[in-house]
Amino acid sequence: MSGFSVLLRRELALSWGGGGGPLLALAFYLAVATLLPLAIGAEPGRLAAIAPGAAWIGLALASLLSLERLFERDYEDGALDLLALGPAPLELAAVAKCLAQWITTGAPLALLAPVAAVALGAEVRLAPLTFAAALVGGVGFSFCGGIGAALSLGSRRGGMLIAVIVLPLFAPPVIFGGGAIAAYAAGLDWRTPLMLLSAYSLAMAALGPFAMAAACRNALS
Amino acid sequence: MISALSVQNLAIARGDRLLFEHLTLSLGAGEAVALVGRNGAGKTSLLRAVAGLIRPLAGDVAFLGPAGPLPAEDARCQGLHLVGHHDGLKSSRTAFEELLFQVRWTGGSLASAEAACERLGLNRLRGLEVRKLSAGQRRRVALARLIAAPRPLWLLDEPLAPLDAEQRALFGTLMDEHLAGGGLIVAAVHDPLPVAARAVEIGA
Amino acid sequence: MIAALTNPDQFMRFSRWAAPLLGVVAALLGAAGLWLDFIAPPDYQQGYTVHIMFIHVPASWMSLFVYACLGGASFIGLVFRHALADAAARAAAPLGAGFTLLALITGSLWGRPMWGTWWVWDARLTSVLVLFLFYLGYLALQAAIDDEQRSARACAILALVGLINLPIVHFSVTWWNTLHQGSSVFRQGGPAMPPVYLAPLLTLGLAYMAAFGALWLVRIRAEVWRRRAGALALRAAG
Repeated sequence: MSGFSVLLRRELALSWGGGGGPLLALAFYLAVATLLPLAIGAEPGRLAAIAPGAAWIGLALASLLSLERLFERDYEDGALDLLALGPAPLELAAVAKCLAQWITTGAPLALLAPVAAVALGAEVRLAPLTFAAALVGGVGFSFCGGIGAALSLGSRRGGMLIAVIVLPLFAPPVIFGGGAIAAYAAGLDWRTPLMLLSAYSLAMAALGPFAMAAACRNALS
Repeated sequence: MISALSVQNLAIARGDRLLFEHLTLSLGAGEAVALVGRNGAGKTSLLRAVAGLIRPLAGDVAFLGPAGPLPAEDARCQGLHLVGHHDGLKSSRTAFEELLFQVRWTGGSLASAEAACERLGLNRLRGLEVRKLSAGQRRRVALARLIAAPRPLWLLDEPLAPLDAEQRALFGTLMDEHLAGGGLIVAAVHDPLPVAARAVEIGA
Repeated sequence: MIAALTNPDQFMRFSRWAAPLLGVVAALLGAAGLWLDFIAPPDYQQGYTVHIMFIHVPASWMSLFVYACLGGASFIGLVFRHALADAAARAAAPLGAGFTLLALITGSLWGRPMWGTWWVWDARLTSVLVLFLFYLGYLALQAAIDDEQRSARACAILALVGLINLPIVHFSVTWWNTLHQGSSVFRQGGPAMPPVYLAPLLTLGLAYMAAFGALWLVRIRAEVWRRRAGALALRAAG
């Protein structure tokens, strides 16, 4: 069995089973979506106007917070040493981790995203696109967030620091994803922003692992 | 593959503090070295530098095979085990799940993991979650990958500290077998190793 | 020259006279630029608020320029493991954040008479705001890791990630909002701005650049001295 698949299976088992798995991220997302109408008011017109955007930003936050411990656990208990001395380079190990994160958390969140959007008052016809954008954007969120998680290894602050590092990098996917949904709702060209979102996710999946591996090596040194 | 380790003129600093310099050490097949020295002298750092995890200030670490020098990257990723203070075991998973991952990741198989469990007497612990294990039991699980995934160079950081006398004797036998098979061992220790080893003092 | 400056001793000798010289140049250019600014007539559309632009536009140029310097220094520090490059990156970040903040504040002051509100989510202001967030993330990461070498390398990786992402962010924000007036200095086919405005703008731009150069050198010098002092203290203690 190749090193990559061994690691991917372990990461899937860890993030599916450990510490509540995807339930935590889903619960967080649900809580944010619940608080929103409480803050803004429940008039359907007002809520419906912001529903797709709100669902999208909630998704970004939930993805971000679930990434916090992506490398931290392995760093603390010494497993990162083992990963650095394995058959696959650390870059590939980073890919396995982010991929597992996307499968176990990003995909369930993507399933919840259209539900949250519709519950907030978005039209039902937006649901498929919301799901597709959330699924594709989740790749970008996962790889981009992984960079923040790796960079903050060995720092005195965890979650807040990762958020401050990563949220500015989330600007493009948030814009493209939200833009695609808004364009579809307005009957405009939604394919271009969705393509741009996919391009961003692919670029992050290609470049992010190098940054993550460099950050992990730096933290181990 | 690795049949000799050569450390030339090594200097390591942590932060702004120089731990040691001009350290030269060479080790051939079947030899063991016990690194001794006070706390903070740099024994762990030396092991991590040999493993390539930290970058020395000066000097070289070279791995030699029967046919000459080996590329350091390959030698490290395929030819050495590093067992340190942290065992890398996830507390929420069972001992065998974690052992199997470590063994497969470092090149072993299910069969070799099971054989190692048998050899180290870990069968009764297999199904337990790691958080229920004692420090000594966890160390034994971590050490199991040494024999389940054969790699010639063992870098051990206080390997025996949490083990009882019986386990130390058992592990001494395993080390002897490894050396007899052409293996190399570098171990940072405070107590003497249960095998014949050359002592090298760090930071004297 | 670059090769010579990578030697810390030579850098210290060079910067000892270069920093004050750049400071004087910055002061002279700044005075000249402000004078050109004061004698410029009010714009027929913007009135006297056009003067804010002479402070705002060079600051927003500098916010990007300093990030480019930060990225360059980080790259050198990361690839060649050069301590002076680490010090340069560390020294540049707060300066860049300062220029960016200045650009944001003056942009807001400019927006009040022009658009009637303190803040407009237009593409360029938003881009600058995201750039400011990049700087904040950099400074936060720098402060959160105690070990200096580790902190420097982590920050360098982040700076490069940011450098790659900045054009993407800029593109996405522009795509998001294309309402703002086009860039009016570097328009194709020569500057569209009348010379009476262009002169103070470019003079002040150079003044900002010289001021940044002076402050940067001073901060790198301080960083080098701080490290030397730390090494001496350690030696005295050991």
